[in-house]
Amino acid sequence: MASSAAVPFWRAAGMTYITYSNICANLVRKCLREPFKAESMNREKVHFSLSKWADGKPEKPVLRSDAPEV
Amino acid sequence: MLRQASRLISRSVTAASSKSVTARAFSTELPSTIDSTFVESWKKVAPNMDPPRTPSSFMKPRPSTASSIPTKLTVNFVLPYASELSGKEVDMVIIPATTGQMGVLPGHVPTIAELKPGIMSVHEGTDIKKYFVSSGFAFLHANSVADIIAVEAVPLENIDASQVQKGLVEFTQKLASASTDLEKAEAQIGVEVHSAMNAALSG
Repeated sequence: MASSAAVPFWRAAGMTYITYSNICANLVRKCLREPFKAESMNREKVHFSLSKWADGKPEKPVLRSDAPEV
Repeated sequence: MLRQASRLISRSVTAASSKSVTARAFSTELPSTIDSTFVESWKKVAPNMDPPRTPSSFMKPRPSTASSIPTKLTVNFVLPYASELSGKEVDMVIIPATTGQMGVLPGHVPTIAELKPGIMSVHEGTDIKKYFVSSGFAFLHANSVADIIAVEAVPLENIDASQVQKGLVEFTQKLASASTDLEKAEAQIGVEVHSAMNAALSG
């Protein structure tokens, strides 16, 4: 039973569906008219801090605060 | 914990007696989830306690598929940040599936369709509402309920045509000059999305 459907081009290039979907959504948002564009950019803002742990202690955290992505 | 015991025991006794009549009334597709060998050995070990219920016995039975095709399609159209349409009864929905524009009427074959960037139109009588959908999925159920989920969906009036043209030119250039597979993929996504928006605005 070989795989039937050809994989989509983004999957062949190593991209996952979520990445593909988010890129599409961002492109659409960038092409909106003014009041809607500002609203959507506002809505999509993220702010998080990520820290890896080693030996039971947190290392230096990486802070990401938005900046429109992609 | 034991305060609830009498309530739980009496509830499960009545449920067991009425289970066969009510809980299974609509589950024409669900096989019996009661494992009789398990129940037998349970009764031998603990005859005074009811056998434990499994998660599947707590599940609500599937909505029955009507024998005659309903006249209206119920649409639930959701975005991550808002519920655009919730339980709206419409005549037809045309969704931009990867296999092409798919028209969904009541009584459509159950389908799961992946959506590509394109126009989704909701037809209600003479009213047609169009949205540009960035990508997503559409689940069409046997009981004429359509669940459509999209990451971003905008009415066509909200799209800026000049931005779309600029983006199309930019990504066509990027596609020509891309080197790695990933860059090519990103540029091609850009070209696809922008050409879909272009087609949506002009068509």
